[in-house]
Amino acid sequence: MTNTSALRIVWIYPDLLSTYGDQGNVLILKRRAELRGIPTEIVHVHSSDSVPEQGDIYLLGGGEDRPQILAAERLRADGGLARAAARGACVFAVCAGYQIIGETYGDDEANPLPGVGILDIRSGRGQARAVGEIVADVEPSLGVGRITGFENHQGRTAIGPSARPLSTTVRGIGNDDRTEGAYQGQVLGTYLHGPALPRNPQLADLLLRWRVGQLAPLAPSWGERLHDERMAAALRQ
Amino acid sequence: MSELPLRAQLASVLGRSAASLSRATGRGDGSVIGGRVALKVEPDLLAKLARGRRLALVSATNGKTTTTRLIAQALREFGDVATNEYGANMPTGHITALSDNRSAVNGVLEVDEKYLPQVLLATQPAFVVLMNLSRDQMDRASEINLLAKKWRTALGKSNAHVIANADDPLVAWAGLGAPNATWVSAGQRWKEDSWCCPECGGHLRREADPHWECPECGLARPRTSWAVENETDTLVTPEGQRIKLRMNLPGDANRANAAIAAATAAGYGIHPERTVERLREVTSVAGRYTSVVTMGVEVRLLLSKNPAGWLESFAVLDPPRTPVILAVNAQIPDGKDTSWLWDVDYTVLRDRRVFVMGERRTDLALRLETDGVRFEIADRVDEVLGRLKAEQPDITKVDLIANYTAFQQIRTAYGRVQ
Repeated sequence: MTNTSALRIVWIYPDLLSTYGDQGNVLILKRRAELRGIPTEIVHVHSSDSVPEQGDIYLLGGGEDRPQILAAERLRADGGLARAAARGACVFAVCAGYQIIGETYGDDEANPLPGVGILDIRSGRGQARAVGEIVADVEPSLGVGRITGFENHQGRTAIGPSARPLSTTVRGIGNDDRTEGAYQGQVLGTYLHGPALPRNPQLADLLLRWRVGQLAPLAPSWGERLHDERMAAALRQ
Repeated sequence: MSELPLRAQLASVLGRSAASLSRATGRGDGSVIGGRVALKVEPDLLAKLARGRRLALVSATNGKTTTTRLIAQALREFGDVATNEYGANMPTGHITALSDNRSAVNGVLEVDEKYLPQVLLATQPAFVVLMNLSRDQMDRASEINLLAKKWRTALGKSNAHVIANADDPLVAWAGLGAPNATWVSAGQRWKEDSWCCPECGGHLRREADPHWECPECGLARPRTSWAVENETDTLVTPEGQRIKLRMNLPGDANRANAAIAAATAAGYGIHPERTVERLREVTSVAGRYTSVVTMGVEVRLLLSKNPAGWLESFAVLDPPRTPVILAVNAQIPDGKDTSWLWDVDYTVLRDRRVFVMGERRTDLALRLETDGVRFEIADRVDEVLGRLKAEQPDITKVDLIANYTAFQQIRTAYGRVQ
């Protein structure tokens, strides 16, 4: 972390939390920043490393049950992510990562386990697994519009008074069949697993806007085409 | 093998009739329907059909069809082999394979990862052959950490001798549950699913490849007796004999499959030199690695279903002058979720002419754009060949990498070549 002017993107525990395409979120943030002339620096933090506190955007991906528990224990013991969030850094967490940045989450036998506690949510296990394409309308004040993604989880998430739902579900399950994801300041979590940002360029731009302010518009490209194509397919179902 | 009880004989005959009917009416190859009918009549049929034979069960995320084929090829040294060569790898397919070849003493069965514990219990095989575990179609498949745990438990209750790849930590941990094992250093290119200890979750120490160990609980790679040297294309036997592989199937992944097959065949008493000679006779497996010649161009077909498989396929592409077609679908057999495309590094394709096809080609297009790879969109293989020939009339070769249903569609379009 030597370049002080670059946007620092910190990928937390790719060795534990990177089950399905989570790398995509890192690559798209980097690309959309650099297309606008904003230099970036990518930092990979492994499970044996301490989490640096001076990052701009922290990314957490999905994981199987056991790696999820190990990641939560290590993040709590390390404390770096909680200090970064307290400093006002942006955190984008997906699926298993979303659950563990909350107050509590459930293990495979539905026992509540303590999370990192930077997002006011509590997650447990639902009856059925939620698997499939999901469509949701993001809270209008965030200026993101309608998003799509793929969800594959058994979690159900309740949102506490300090956080707000990220979106209202149109297709799919999300938190509880009604809302999807949550945010609190610049800490944002979602069940849209894997490449949520490649599939929703406007969500990637929200995170960038939070860090660098107004963004120059980009010419529509394959990201926008994929977004529209998947949206149409999900709504046809 | 011993005579079957009357009920089992009836079940077996009815199953085979259903299978013949399925083939005769062109509905399928009969592997699944035959087994399904037979199971209705005799639920213990699989156990009964397996009795008195020397079976090897083969399981992995990638390479199980090929390795099954290679082991069968080696075992034919002794005559008939009962095997599910069409890749019907669930119990119904196993019943069909064993019913179709009642007299064969030796058998080799490809087994779906999830069914391995159940089939192990039913068939009491002599050998269980395990190669690799990595992320694959997670919208419908089990989590691989969970699979490894189930394998380990089932092997602990069995007398089977394990033949396994020691270089894959998850596979090794599962295999260590068995009373006896032969360990092969077969290599592991894709490591993204095995940075953490399967026993305790610690971050594995992995220098120097292929060694691995857990600094927290002490779990470590078992000592190997067989090894593959990819650089020299050599199989090293437990006696230290070095045998050139010179396989007709491409790539390191197939060297690994060959080494595992040779170690298994040695368990049946076949000398590795003889095994390797027989393995060289295999030039394609159920249309995989085969080439079709169309419009005067040789199109090589590579089937790859997940990130580990794509990584292996990139490694066997012909020199950069050869264009490559990538085709991705997301039907149920492929997995409906294409997220895995983001786990693969495509930057190795930057100097190559790339075409993208398939129902999810837009996902591929964005993925390639993000990695700075230039590409063109296409609908069909012959359209690609038409474009290439118009610019370069002397073009002779194109590689094609496709996932499951995309591969099957293309194979069907050019005839079901074996």
